[in-house]
Amino acid sequence: MRGIAPWRAAPVPGLGSGLGPGLDGSAATTDLPVLLPPRRAATAPFPWPTIAGIPRLAVPAWMVGLAFAIFAGSVGVAYAQTGTGRMGLWEAFTLWLPFIMDGFRLNLVISFLAMAIGTALGVLLGLMQVSRIRPLRAVAWTLTQFFRNTPWLVLLFSFMLLLPFEIVIGGRIISIPGWTKATLAFSLPIMANIAEIVRGAVQSIPPGQWESSESLAFSRRQTLWMIILPQCVKRMIPPWMNWYAILTMATPLCSILEVREMVKSTREALNALGDPPEFLAPFYSFILVVFFAYCYPIARWTISLERKYAVKN
Amino acid sequence: MAWTPDQPIVRIRDVYKAFGDLEVLKGVSIDVRKGEVICVIGPSGSGKSTLLRCINALVPINRGSITVEGQEVHDPKLDKLELRKKVGMVFQQYNLFPHKTALQNVMMAPIHVLKQDKAEVERRAYRLIEKVRLQGKENTYPGELSGGQQQRVAIARSLAMNPDVMLFDEVTAALDPETVKEVLITIRELAEEGMTCILVTHEMGFAREIADHIYFTDRGVIVEHGPPKTFFAEATDPRTREFLGQIL
Repeated sequence: MRGIAPWRAAPVPGLGSGLGPGLDGSAATTDLPVLLPPRRAATAPFPWPTIAGIPRLAVPAWMVGLAFAIFAGSVGVAYAQTGTGRMGLWEAFTLWLPFIMDGFRLNLVISFLAMAIGTALGVLLGLMQVSRIRPLRAVAWTLTQFFRNTPWLVLLFSFMLLLPFEIVIGGRIISIPGWTKATLAFSLPIMANIAEIVRGAVQSIPPGQWESSESLAFSRRQTLWMIILPQCVKRMIPPWMNWYAILTMATPLCSILEVREMVKSTREALNALGDPPEFLAPFYSFILVVFFAYCYPIARWTISLERKYAVKN
Repeated sequence: MAWTPDQPIVRIRDVYKAFGDLEVLKGVSIDVRKGEVICVIGPSGSGKSTLLRCINALVPINRGSITVEGQEVHDPKLDKLELRKKVGMVFQQYNLFPHKTALQNVMMAPIHVLKQDKAEVERRAYRLIEKVRLQGKENTYPGELSGGQQQRVAIARSLAMNPDVMLFDEVTAALDPETVKEVLITIRELAEEGMTCILVTHEMGFAREIADHIYFTDRGVIVEHGPPKTFFAEATDPRTREFLGQIL
């Protein structure tokens, strides 16, 4: 589809518009890069840059600097405002730091597990979407569309309130703590988005690959696993990493539901300190700084992978 | 009814194919005998590539019959994979697997489809790559090869399956003139060794040289056909004459 802008080409823009046999017999061209051209990524901070059509973390250095400045500034202000007889900011901070970072650890655990589960389910769902069996395709499509378009907070609430807090299997009691429910809840929108990435990647492989493989008497399953999917892996990695960054930044959502991750930990710490108003900004902007420090390198790595794996024709 | 080599190896009878409302083949009939080289020529959109894809069941037909070695291709009970082991196809866009080396491209199908012994397949693959004059390039990836080299690897890859019929779909159309010659030499050698070949091509000189029979198609029908000597010299139909006039 020469001349059609990438974001209009397919349901998963940027991942190409080729359609393989079994879905639509029309021929597709191979001249659409799978990922947006590197030039875009390098020179366009605004409008918001995207990977595969999804806005991605593209934090220029000046923003990182600004975050640090806010943090440092608020520290200074807090210091200046601390009255006598109360714990100083630095003391309070060092006292509560382990507790708060333990909360961050939970954010990371939730993000890793949700990403792992979501990826596994998402690959399955994505392959179902390109299956030849129509009911399978329909089910997969419905699930994908549903979980892509549901607010994550709503899913979180549903899981928190509907799942039991413990289940009994054959005499053994397995408790399901809040963070586990949150992990499961987050894995579903990830599953749906990874499914779209997989489907888009498979459909972006030129139909000629399917034709030549079938001409060599490979079965459809052999074609998919030995020829098509290996070619898809590289294309899928940058959007996959992008979703990981988005997921990580979404994990503080579960603080609303009493999961002791970083934001909740910070709130509890401030509570214990008597909620001094001048501590709010330093403590909360510390959360910002920590998340930046974690997600920013991922974003830069994603950009460099995107450049490296951009499909050349 | 068992097929015997004195019967046509590929028999195409009255084939109709339409994509939705667009009729691409409107009653095409061709007989190919074993060892023959058939060239199908004609303007773009006349259905030539579609015809080839119908022969190895990549594309279903609406009406008519295609038999390969006596077996009806569009029989729903036919095992397509068995058919495709007998019919090899080489494409205009080479379609090599970019994530595998040339040698692996050639070896993959015999190992995973025919389940042949790996060492034996490797030896044969080396011989085939030598046959298409690419010795030394076994461990290069398609991205590192020129178009003509890729096309020759594609030919070797199809030959590795030991087909009885080879289909060539405008295999030199995407190549520049110097590399066209390399590929044509390879095809000519194949033909001289007795392989049954059906070529869709624009290379009139080549067609005149190696074809046993030439078919001219236009808008889904075979307008005229004949052995090269009579076809090029004594074409009678005005459409044929117009086409030949434009290209020769």
